[in-house]
Amino acid sequence: MSASTQLADPPTLTMSGAEVVLRALKDQGVEVIFGYPGGAVLPIYDAIFQQNAIRHILVRHEQAAVHAAEGYARSTGKVGVVLVTSGPGATNAVTGLVDALMDSIPVLCLTGQVPTHLIGNDAFQEADTTGITRPATKHNYLVKRSADLARVMHEAFHVCRSGRPGPVLVDLPKDILINKAPYQEAPPASEPHRSYRPRTEPDMGQIRKAVALLKASKKPVVYAGGGVINAGPEASRLLGDFVHMTGFPCTNTLMGLGAFPASDPQFLGMLGMHGTYEANLVMHGCDVMFNIGARFDDRVTGKLSHFAPTSKKIHADIDPSSINKNVKVDVPVIGDAGRVLAAMIEAWREDPTVPDREALAGWWRQIDEWRAKDCLAYTQRGPIIKPQHAVKRLFEITQELGRETFITTEVGQHQMWAAQYFGFDKPNRWMTSGGLGTMGYGLPAAMGVQIAHPDALVIDIAGEASILMNIQEMATLAQYRLPVKVFILNNEYMGMVRQWQELLHGGRYSESYSEALPDFVKLAEAFHGVGMRATSPDDLDRVIREMIAIDRPVIADICVAKDENCFPMIPSGAAHNEMILGPGQQGGVAGVTDEGKVLV
Amino acid sequence: MSESQGNAHRIATIAVLVENEAGVLARVIGLFAGRGYNIDSLTVAPVDDAGRLSRITVVTSGTEMIIEQIKAQLDRLVPVHKVSDLSQEGPHLVRELALIKVVGSGDHRVEALRLADAFRARVVDATTESFVFEMTGNADKIDAFCALMRPIGLAEVCRTGAVAIARGAAGFAA
Repeated sequence: MSASTQLADPPTLTMSGAEVVLRALKDQGVEVIFGYPGGAVLPIYDAIFQQNAIRHILVRHEQAAVHAAEGYARSTGKVGVVLVTSGPGATNAVTGLVDALMDSIPVLCLTGQVPTHLIGNDAFQEADTTGITRPATKHNYLVKRSADLARVMHEAFHVCRSGRPGPVLVDLPKDILINKAPYQEAPPASEPHRSYRPRTEPDMGQIRKAVALLKASKKPVVYAGGGVINAGPEASRLLGDFVHMTGFPCTNTLMGLGAFPASDPQFLGMLGMHGTYEANLVMHGCDVMFNIGARFDDRVTGKLSHFAPTSKKIHADIDPSSINKNVKVDVPVIGDAGRVLAAMIEAWREDPTVPDREALAGWWRQIDEWRAKDCLAYTQRGPIIKPQHAVKRLFEITQELGRETFITTEVGQHQMWAAQYFGFDKPNRWMTSGGLGTMGYGLPAAMGVQIAHPDALVIDIAGEASILMNIQEMATLAQYRLPVKVFILNNEYMGMVRQWQELLHGGRYSESYSEALPDFVKLAEAFHGVGMRATSPDDLDRVIREMIAIDRPVIADICVAKDENCFPMIPSGAAHNEMILGPGQQGGVAGVTDEGKVLV
Repeated sequence: MSESQGNAHRIATIAVLVENEAGVLARVIGLFAGRGYNIDSLTVAPVDDAGRLSRITVVTSGTEMIIEQIKAQLDRLVPVHKVSDLSQEGPHLVRELALIKVVGSGDHRVEALRLADAFRARVVDATTESFVFEMTGNADKIDAFCALMRPIGLAEVCRTGAVAIARGAAGFAA
């Protein structure tokens, strides 16, 4: 190479592959990684030890590392980063990856791998990670040449956070980490990816069609989902602007809670299988439905052939494959939720048509009649705490204290009660496993949230069965002094399973009873935290306040009624207007067909 | 998906332009398998001199809604450049190549040769007791030939699956 060529070329730094990885993370703005060491990733751990730009959080199970990264990502909008070793490290992460895929959470998972010359040899701690995680990720990479390493790292970030966000895995063989590799910076935005070019700007023709439909509607509804959260806080603000400008009713999916303020009078509550009476009847009876950032999930639609039978549907989604997947829609709009809402607002203002105010007023009167049913009412009477009451008091007390509060949940009845009774006025405050429904998600996710928001109040609303699935993370809370509050609704059953067994399987509670539970108070103390218990309604408020006031990890064991069922409920295979409102309406369930029983 | 409207099935011939990188084919096949879509046939080969791009031609079938889903799901894979539904986009050509071994003697042998001639199949291997015919054409033509060969000594069939290309000047490029 001649001297003139050396001057002309930009300097390509050469460092070890492990250092290239860390440098790429740093350049991408990563401040925290959640991980667990092992043989194949020792080079990266060595490099981590010798720097302090990036903080490493040591979890106690690789699944928890991914859930923590998810909690971190959902509460900040940034990419959550995971580092695990080869073989069992990677396979332990799979559940978390599928969870992130189902809920569209941007998580970058770095996995160690055996050296390139040993791949395919059944080496120690070897697994076909890229093969196993191909359907578990948005995309994955196996770096076989040092020259590719930096480019792949930057590309992985891009794929992770652009378009519909999702988990990306980069498999790193140990020799690639040890050998020297060139570093290059991320390509500028002006150099798009060769093949992957998600569309974010909506087509104005479709926007105008959507607006025309909505202006002509008499019974409209805005159905907003997790896509609005993924599009950033601005998208939620624009959603609020749009709903206020039009005066329409608005409902959120489980993943969309917080996109529209729960305390707003135009909010109908969550829709779907355990959604409110008014939200579901509005969806059933509407004439125009505007789906923004939701995917017509089966928990929401119920029986597809009876879903919103008289409505025209507008579906705005960033993922074209989401459109017309389950439900045929009339006006598809492809784009980022924030960009779509901004365009809708502009087009609404420009379109001179005056909407039918009379009809809308009539629609609201009908909605208020449905609201009068007060479908979430319960009676807290007697010595046993009702789980709904426990969540409601938790919500009311956190409101009163006025601290920035983040809620994560595990999976089951407690999750549904948390969604029903805890109001979210802002996005990124609610972290739950929606699509996959992973028990054991909540505690590690809360860890990730607390790392991202050290001064906030972070509460994992849990069931006693779910909390045991990643209980070992109490040790992580202690190590990093994360004052997460674990609020266990302890009914000594896998509540949701028991509910279905009661309603659909003749009360045969097969393997749904929590036998041999630990003493949660002693368990908290064993993990260097604080434990407390509430057994009667009189204890409840005091325990909640104490739990919040202590600046240490807390497990609050709230003993609640064992036989409460979660209502309203649209049984599987039923339509929105066949919802059961309470125990008095068991008759509705007798109508569950064999076809319905087969559905989860 | 059991409640999709419009239950008429159609066959779709889809061309997919992909990055020629390790695992792309596994990705595409995994997509079909994972979501329960049909693969009637599938071929893949590089299309450019640098070997950076490959073309996968897959023949699938399903309702209109499912075919649209298949295309959308393929299109969102990161290494996929373009997806083209040749059966929808206008006049196109579909061809397949088959190597067909026929074993026999006497009248059967003569008949086999006569039929091969009628189908414009070429003899690419000959022994005193066997022939291997090479034939190109659409799937129906090859099916018909094999059906005729069956009673006169068809021993082995090896087919490539369909490749397809649009008629006219427009190309399918990245």
